[in-house]
Amino acid sequence: MVSPGHVLPHRFNRPGALGFVSYVLVALVILWSLEGAGWSVNRLVSSPPKLADFFSRAWPPSIHNFDRLAWKMVETMQIAIAGAAIGIVLSLPVALLAARGVLVGRGVNMAVRIVLGFIRAVPDLAWALVFVVAVGLGPFAGMLAIAIDTIGFCGRFFADDMENTDPGPTEALTATGARRIDIAASAVIPAALPAFVSTSLFGLEKAVRSSTILGLVGAGGIGIELKVGFDLFDYPTALTVILMIAVVVIGVEQIGAVLRQKIIGAGR
Amino acid sequence: MLLNSRDLRQCTAEAGLQAIDLQARGLAKRFGTAAPVFSGLDFSIRQGDCVALVGANGTGKSTLLRCCLGLLVPDAGQISLLGRAIAETGGAARRALRARTGLVGQKHNLVPRLSVLSNVIHGLLGQNSGPRYWVQGLAPAEARAAAMAALDKVGMTHLALRRADRLSGGQSQRVAIARALVGNPRFLVADEPCASLDPQAGEEVMALFMGLVKREGVTVLFTSHNVQHALSYGDRILGLQGGRIALDAPSTTVSATEMAQLYG
Ligand SMILES: Nc1ncnc2c1ncn2[C@@H]1O[C@H](COP(=O)(O)OP(=O)(O)OP(=O)(O)O)[C@@H](O)[C@H]1O
Ligand SMILES: [Mg+2]
Repeated sequence: MVSPGHVLPHRFNRPGALGFVSYVLVALVILWSLEGAGWSVNRLVSSPPKLADFFSRAWPPSIHNFDRLAWKMVETMQIAIAGAAIGIVLSLPVALLAARGVLVGRGVNMAVRIVLGFIRAVPDLAWALVFVVAVGLGPFAGMLAIAIDTIGFCGRFFADDMENTDPGPTEALTATGARRIDIAASAVIPAALPAFVSTSLFGLEKAVRSSTILGLVGAGGIGIELKVGFDLFDYPTALTVILMIAVVVIGVEQIGAVLRQKIIGAGR
Repeated sequence: MLLNSRDLRQCTAEAGLQAIDLQARGLAKRFGTAAPVFSGLDFSIRQGDCVALVGANGTGKSTLLRCCLGLLVPDAGQISLLGRAIAETGGAARRALRARTGLVGQKHNLVPRLSVLSNVIHGLLGQNSGPRYWVQGLAPAEARAAAMAALDKVGMTHLALRRADRLSGGQSQRVAIARALVGNPRFLVADEPCASLDPQAGEEVMALFMGLVKREGVTVLFTSHNVQHALSYGDRILGLQGGRIALDAPSTTVSATEMAQLYG
């Protein structure tokens, strides 16, 4: 029981004038954005018949060129794995430069983090277009795009993982007179290792997702089959490709989740 | 004729020149906008002294030890450690200074996921550098032998390959002590080195420290909440209270009531 002198706290607060104005503002921004996105009730209402038409023409998914699609899917996975592996390996030195208080001063940390932010801000398809120009059409351009995309992702999150380790061991090794590079290698990296593995698995999942659409811009992988399927109105093949992508992406995510669970469970 | 450090210490002491290993003048430290943890601290520690730093929880003992080794920068005042003003050293000089000191932290601060042996070998990183000192598997034979000898002093050789995050509290404290001793420090700082040890092990560790002081002339600065330890192992008691040095006297002249007042 609350003693008699006490007043129970309110369950909800009535919004003040400022709160009310900000709700209205948010609502206006959303309406304005819908307007800009060409919101059209007519086109929305007329879409279900068209979608139904697409699915009736796409169903059943085509299997007569499944062999070729399967090989394209293997190539897609190769692009993803090779690109992610190169990206993860290169991310480690980059992250050491980006992590505050590990190897270098604040100025370099900031500069590296800004570059990593830029890498992430450029969409993967844009990187693929750039590398197609640089090294020509094909999976190699796609792999390079995945690698740079992975550096943007893993470089940043490896650095965060290192910053989040317990500062105690670092202090202890500082007190022995160890160099920063030795402290990073013998205290920070071992402590961050489980987090690195988890981040790397996320990086691989992201790479697999990206690699499936690189073909849209000629950078290798199964994406080209999707584009050709739609361009030639070969909807059954396009549907097969979509389903294959879904199966592979979900499969990789599931495997990643199991491995992550194993590693975090084994850690500690 | 070669003099060992003990003889040297006696010679200099007799000549009235006993070296000052640590001198603090006007030391002050605060965290953010909170009230200062301490201010205006003045004290010095001579070579070969064994000094017990005592005080209630939160009086700033650990903070003071960090300042003494240059791990925290004080807001005011100077510290000179082994004859060098810490604030004026940088880079290599500061590392060289730290290579001659050892720290046993209150929280042990072992690297989790690495073996006990690797953790102790890290204690040699002040004198050495490079991958051979990162993990025990790559370490040179002398380093492994030195680390095992340090583990032997704290009775931990049987767990050399156990992962550091799978140790009991007392075991990890012993490993932290071994890591601080492996580099043969001239000046040993130990923050509650016996806090997680059973009474028997606590006596053994304090006896080990006393041996270093007596035989090798190592200077020891330790904190303890065990009044008996402080009085019987410390040559001198430094008492912190209310951000000031409330007690600085040879342990033989300090009474139990004086000690009790520090916690009042
Ligand atoms: N990094 C920090 N940031 C902010 N406040 C801190 C920090 N470290 C210590 N303090 C504060 O400074 C004061 C002194 O802490 P310190 O750890 O030095 O005490 P102590 O004497 O070692 O205590 P104990 O006997 O419990 O070990 C405490 O009030 C603590 O909360
Ligand atoms: Mg403390």
